Amino acid sequence: MSRAVEESNRRMLRVRDRMDRCYAQPSDLAALARSVHVSRTYLIRAFRATFGETPHQYLRRRRVERSMDLLRETDRGVTEICMAVGFTSLGTFSRTFRDIVGESPTDYRRRVGRLPVPTCFAKSWLRPSPFGEASGDVAE
Amino acid sequence: MFTAITQSQIYVLDQDEARTFYVDVLGLDLHTDTDLGLMRWLTVTAPGEPGRQILLEKPGPPSMDESTAEQVRELVTKGAMGGWLMLTTDDCHATYEKLLAKGVEFTDEPTEKPYGVDCGLRDPFGNRIRFGQLYTPSG
Repeated sequence: MSRAVEESNRRMLRVRDRMDRCYAQPSDLAALARSVHVSRTYLIRAFRATFGETPHQYLRRRRVERSMDLLRETDRGVTEICMAVGFTSLGTFSRTFRDIVGESPTDYRRRVGRLPVPTCFAKSWLRPSPFGEASGDVAE
Repeated sequence: MFTAITQSQIYVLDQDEARTFYVDVLGLDLHTDTDLGLMRWLTVTAPGEPGRQILLEKPGPPSMDESTAEQVRELVTKGAMGGWLMLTTDDCHATYEKLLAKGVEFTDEPTEKPYGVDCGLRDPFGNRIRFGQLYTPSG
């Protein structure tokens, strides 16, 4: 039983890693499911059981987190950043950003500047969370 | 005053597989591989840096009960176990290409950062390993 859980965890982790790498591409759950030899329905259920949210919710947060990074670390425009992280409309991006972060991309950029920590650390800890721990706030 | 970090530890699920991955694939040096009877002491070091060993430890009895060991194994495979490593390389891009050709699973391609070039990979169990070419040792 336990080994089956480990095998499933590892598959779901592969899927999550793939989303981490390919977040800017159009979401294709069927292809993700095929890459770990499970059905689309099984993928959604197993991913949620493993990580507490659906692949779609994770990908949304991942894209928003990447946009937060670009807002902090670059001077690129909001529309350009929206497209760069995989959103196809500025309206959807702004609404999703506000839902998840609680403020607009422009306000976020104004409030939070560059951070003096390794990117991998910022990536894991600044990613907005559905579990309530990370609000995107940064101590001054 | 403390003067060095000499040993650290991460959990692996199979020590034969771990030895193959860390030594043959990643290219770390095998420091010690001894069956103590009660456990197998398996440590590796960065090439040329024998002063700091990484213990590749298998969770299980008697150090922890079976059900705890199962929980640890599940966390490792979810990528949620605490231990992770950051290694230094003299050429991040070349190391990346070499390991990619060996089938290593990468989480991040080499990326330019203010502190250097770094990238990330998974070991066969789900542990997070990073390596980079850092501009300052404290990275």
